[in-house]
Amino acid sequence: MRLGIIAKLTVREAQRRRLLWVALGLGAAFIALFSVGFHFVHQEIITQHGMVSRAETQVFANFFLTAGLYVINFLSVMMAVLTSVGTLSGEISSHTIQSLAAKPIRRWEILLGKWVGYAGMLAAYMAGLSSGILLVVYLISGYAPENWLGTIGFLVLEGWVVLTVSILGGTFLSTIANGVLALMLYGIAFVGGWVEQIGSLMGSEAAINIGIITSLLLPSEALWRRAAYLMQPALIRSLPANPFGTASVPSPAMVVYAGLYVLALLGAALWIFARRDL
Amino acid sequence: MTGAAGGGAAIETHHLRKEYGEKAAVADLTLQVEQGEVFGFLGPNGAGKTTAVKMLLGLTAPTAGTAQLLGRPLGDAAIRARIGFLPEHFRFHEWLQAAEFLDLHGQLFGLAAEKRAQRIPELLDLVGLTDAAGRRLSTFSKGMLQRVGLAQALLPEPDLVFLDEPTSGLDPLGRRLVRDIIHQLKAAGTTVFLNSHLLSEVEVTCDRVAFIKDGQVVRTASLGALVEGMTEVVLRVGRVTPELLDGLRRWSGDLRADGRNVTLTIDDEEVLPALARWVVDQGVGLYALAPQQLSLEELFVRVVEGQA
Repeated sequence: MRLGIIAKLTVREAQRRRLLWVALGLGAAFIALFSVGFHFVHQEIITQHGMVSRAETQVFANFFLTAGLYVINFLSVMMAVLTSVGTLSGEISSHTIQSLAAKPIRRWEILLGKWVGYAGMLAAYMAGLSSGILLVVYLISGYAPENWLGTIGFLVLEGWVVLTVSILGGTFLSTIANGVLALMLYGIAFVGGWVEQIGSLMGSEAAINIGIITSLLLPSEALWRRAAYLMQPALIRSLPANPFGTASVPSPAMVVYAGLYVLALLGAALWIFARRDL
Repeated sequence: MTGAAGGGAAIETHHLRKEYGEKAAVADLTLQVEQGEVFGFLGPNGAGKTTAVKMLLGLTAPTAGTAQLLGRPLGDAAIRARIGFLPEHFRFHEWLQAAEFLDLHGQLFGLAAEKRAQRIPELLDLVGLTDAAGRRLSTFSKGMLQRVGLAQALLPEPDLVFLDEPTSGLDPLGRRLVRDIIHQLKAAGTTVFLNSHLLSEVEVTCDRVAFIKDGQVVRTASLGALVEGMTEVVLRVGRVTPELLDGLRRWSGDLRADGRNVTLTIDDEEVLPALARWVVDQGVGLYALAPQQLSLEELFVRVVEGQA
């Protein structure tokens, strides 16, 4: 299957260009830093307060864990954009794509092969980083959040959403324009998510609707909030406001929408790429 | 290299057209390239040569017209397993080593691992890159990239090869190598579609040529007949009169007078005795009649300038 050849080529390129090694090295450094930070904070709490209750451990560890996952959530978006932004537009403008596309391979195999390669690397990277800090928190504090597997799944899906936007943009935009499009859309969704949160606390229907509309435009922030909500214990969920608050929780329908969003954008990318001149 | 299955032309196009906005890059391309011939596709910059090749290879969709490669319509991906292509912009994945690059393209051609293991060293040797097999393409010179690009085009032992400016980055030794490879391909029955500006290369490799101008084929001919047939004649006469020039125009539409010299281009040397007799009969005095064969380059200039 020629799709597999392109997927392997994509992974090999990340490896050869040292992208994979830089990402793995910095990921390991992030987990190490998180471990040290969490260890000392945990020690300090026990030193100051003696034995802490299970509920207190849950709140403190969950807060720390959510902060770590929030960083991973941001990394997931950046990785998705920075790695894939020039994969099609760059090869088209440099004419590298010509020697590939003139072979007995269909255009959809080229595009899907690239998507599968990046999506696989992104999923493995996100799963590795998330599992790493979940394990650190569990080993140090004995706390494991509920729905942690679902949380990882949502983070991966969030990465795929942004990746697919970047792949679609690459079929008709230049590399720079595509990067700006993907990051601006993420920025809009990010701000929209906060507007929705604040609107929910203040009871502003208009602000909530703005958040929902931006989530429909790019459901990345909604997926993060759904992931954070699922992972939080009831006590944190009940807090009126916190930095990772989920005052307005995206519904399961938004997750289904995100899945359909990926499929629809991928379909559009295949349609455009199959018809464009190379 | 087995030749096109079932006979017929290797390339056949009918009124192929490509528009970009309001501009027609290829206005009306109708040509036929027979199996086993080396076909030169000539034209000035911007004439539409590369766009035509890209349409034939499925890289660009035609706005109108039809075409067949090896008996199959454009867009048939499977037939591309039998077609090699060296692009004009020989840009490849430069982070790959030369042997890895050929292996990748061998896989894309659908060659089995054993076949790739046999072909890759053979082709590296053919293009003189055996010692560079383990080097990354990013360290290659322009000429080396063109050689490795040529090797990837020949991987499947194709029935049809498109070479778009195959010698543009090569030194004289490299050019000779490409010339030899084209001769080998022809001997093996492979059809070669050569898009080149280097007319000296075309002159020694091609069986037939087509001249393209403003996106249209303006002339197609066997190279031998074309070069041997077109002759430039310089007449030195006692005096040049308007009647003499008018009369000479029936022998040639391409006519220039300079002092007592008149230069004209004729299609057939056989007319020279009659031409000489006619000039003498005009009573203007014929002091010299010097025929000389046109080079392909001169012919190219005349064809694209509309003089021949």
